[in-house]
Amino acid sequence: MALDGTVENLLRELAPQVLGAVMRRYGDFSAAEDAVQEALIAASRQWPAEGLPDNPRGWLIQVAARRMADHVRAELARRRREAVVVMQAPAEEEIVPAPDSDILPERDDTLVLLFMCCHPALTRPTAIALTLRAVAGLTTAEIANAFLVPESTMAQRISRAKQTIKSSGVPFEMPTSRERAARLGAVLHVVYLIFNEGYASSIGPSLQRADLANEAIRLARALHRRIPEDAETAGMLALMLLTDARRAARTGADGELIPLTEQDRTLWDQEAIAEGVALITATLSKGAVGPYQLQAAIAAVHDEAPRVDDTDWPQIVALYTVLMRISDNPMVALNHAIAVAMVRGPAAGLTLLDGLDVDRRIAGHYRACAVRAHLLEMSGDYAGAITHYLAAAGRTASIPERDYLTTKAARLSSQVTRQ
Amino acid sequence: MKYILMMHAGRAGWKDAGIGTWPMEDIKTHIGFMKGFAKDLKEAGELVAAEGLAGVEEARIVRAGKGGAPEVTDGPFAESKEFLAGFWIVDVESKERAYEIAARASAAPGKGGVPLNMPIEVREVMSAPPVEA
Repeated sequence: MALDGTVENLLRELAPQVLGAVMRRYGDFSAAEDAVQEALIAASRQWPAEGLPDNPRGWLIQVAARRMADHVRAELARRRREAVVVMQAPAEEEIVPAPDSDILPERDDTLVLLFMCCHPALTRPTAIALTLRAVAGLTTAEIANAFLVPESTMAQRISRAKQTIKSSGVPFEMPTSRERAARLGAVLHVVYLIFNEGYASSIGPSLQRADLANEAIRLARALHRRIPEDAETAGMLALMLLTDARRAARTGADGELIPLTEQDRTLWDQEAIAEGVALITATLSKGAVGPYQLQAAIAAVHDEAPRVDDTDWPQIVALYTVLMRISDNPMVALNHAIAVAMVRGPAAGLTLLDGLDVDRRIAGHYRACAVRAHLLEMSGDYAGAITHYLAAAGRTASIPERDYLTTKAARLSSQVTRQ
Repeated sequence: MKYILMMHAGRAGWKDAGIGTWPMEDIKTHIGFMKGFAKDLKEAGELVAAEGLAGVEEARIVRAGKGGAPEVTDGPFAESKEFLAGFWIVDVESKERAYEIAARASAAPGKGGVPLNMPIEVREVMSAPPVEA
């Protein structure tokens, strides 16, 4: 039914706004979040069948508020049973919302909620889970399914996140301008991790899993819409669009991994590429360049080449050089070495790799082995390439990647034998 | 990141020096520890699965025989000094956290409440590939 997609989009958009409104009235984040989740589930069942209510947002707020009232009543009853502080409890009529409740529908708390759910006091897995539920409006079952863990485990993770927020007194308000840069960094990181998880798991037999890459893009769009002046937010959205544009070309018929240089570029999503390129171009012209913007610029250079041979490698080398200067990430240095090899030949790339061997974060890492194998193959040293492809295959924690590396080694071996 | 934590028990100790020879009180302490351990992992939102395995005496090795029919043998257990007694699968933020959990499992109380210091093999569970650059 056509309405289903509309309803889903609407619910995802309204989820954080409704939660913000209910929070403002009742204060209790944990219970408010549960109440909103119930309202969302009710809406997803009723709306496709009965049609949209006149005021969807008001409908959700009212249903959630009613759940909250039930919750407060149950709490009171429990306390009464336990005969504790009965005298201090408010009268029942004080906790039930009036029919024309005074909840203001104008305020949008999406940003405040994102700052709260991605608070540095939370571990990353709990921040991811809470963000997906409280801001993206996913159900616990959907999140559990996406991460392939039992639903009870995900429920615990979410309730743990809520407890941490409660005990560390994270306030429901915008961070001060002094804190904001660092806190926004944490928000971007969580949203990007969600994207990575989704993009990575789009390989192989995972069609039933909630599409986390799309959810992350949705969150990044929501963030960008509210703080369009922030260049790294724009850069991250562009990076996601430009990376996700290649999704259909990234796997073969049997779910096998196809690297960037071997992809069928006619399968790339040109609309997403156009949007990503426009966004990163507009953003870079404003100055204050950061890692997300640079990675987006690199992705844009790849995406703009109709054939792999058309790739502007000198430009990619230049971008990686800037990126290395501002971020101390050995993976960036590896990619830089590949780009250099494409411009100046494999020997130049291998020299750079030798220099990286002293970096303990990367020495012996499967990616370092795989890059070395690739450059050795380029230079015609097939025996060396085979050794390093196999070393990389033995060290990766990813099945599609292991299969890809093993196949590379096998293909080279058969070439060597034929010669 | 998911890790499997495999608890190995010494074969020699299973019957003669193993849990069967402990005083009742120590067995209770050990079981209580394991239950609390699983509960903590669950509440932390880190537990994916946990199972204990039945005794090694009943373990069999199966190979495909003629026409794919199962060929069952008692297996080369005489030579192996240690065997898998149980495992946990956890979903954690880092390798270090997996090691921390393994260390706690290793220190499960044994006879007289003394930590067993069992070897726990920690292996990463294969997952999807990372995003290409």
